[in-house]
Amino acid sequence: MIVPFGHVLLVAGIIFALGVFCAVVRRNLIMIVLGIEIMLNAVSIAFVAAALRWNNLEGQTFVLFILAVAATEVSVGLAIIVYAFRRTDSFDPSRFNLLR
Amino acid sequence: MTFYGFFFYLISAVVIGATAIAITRRNLVHAVVYLIVSYFGTAMLFYLFGAPLLAALEIIIYAGAIMVLFLFVVMMIKIESHEEVMFPLSQWLPAAVFGLIYLAAALMAIVETPGTEVSLRMLTATPIQFALYVFEHHWFSIEVISILLLLALVGALHLGFRKGAAQGSSPHDADASLAGGSAGSISTPREAASATIKEEI
Repeated sequence: MIVPFGHVLLVAGIIFALGVFCAVVRRNLIMIVLGIEIMLNAVSIAFVAAALRWNNLEGQTFVLFILAVAATEVSVGLAIIVYAFRRTDSFDPSRFNLLR
Repeated sequence: MTFYGFFFYLISAVVIGATAIAITRRNLVHAVVYLIVSYFGTAMLFYLFGAPLLAALEIIIYAGAIMVLFLFVVMMIKIESHEEVMFPLSQWLPAAVFGLIYLAAALMAIVETPGTEVSLRMLTATPIQFALYVFEHHWFSIEVISILLLLALVGALHLGFRKGAAQGSSPHDADASLAGGSAGSISTPREAASATIKEEI
């Protein structure tokens, strides 16, 4: 016996809310990508706990795919951020508004 | 409360606290280091929930590869930390109210849903069991993921490549060397992470 399943969901929800806050409020491209990482991490916690709750390895398999997608997303996202920084000399997302 | 229950609440508090500190830092290096602390805690939670392989992967890929990639980019580029400004109060107050309403609704849903009061048992999926399950049921998804990782590598290289460097424009030579460095720093941990995933998968 560890803890009730609802408490794990609550922890994952709080971390997810922190990630949303980071991605929405911060006006810095790197912090926005960090917020997305935090959200993916929170979802991973919920999936692993659900795998334990229903005694089914499907949840852990999904976390494996989340890891791969997070690695993909962060590599392409950081490349785009470096590209945007070269264009505008700034991390402010509102400065990167020219399509050319 | 059992020892494992106490352990869960302790680690959860550390994870939430480290994440909350990380998202409010102005210095990006501090934010990334606090987030590494948070990911170590998450790996411990995975281990507690019976996923030792995922705990190892969490540390190797998240704390090891992704966060180091962030550190590379943060340290490669000169940061002006003072230029970030918050939104005015009239803009974020409605958003905060709506967000709190959603948070309360999610809390009630968690409390009210039957089945969430069930206590988790101590079970462990050994890496052998996990690998057998993945390759019996999801071998095609693994192939799709490997193609996705290859595409990410190609895309990151393409974005990091500067067109001016190929044409040899003289005033941007210093920037061109920076571009080469950025492409290298992005692709190399990327390859390492994909190799790790492929090996583990």
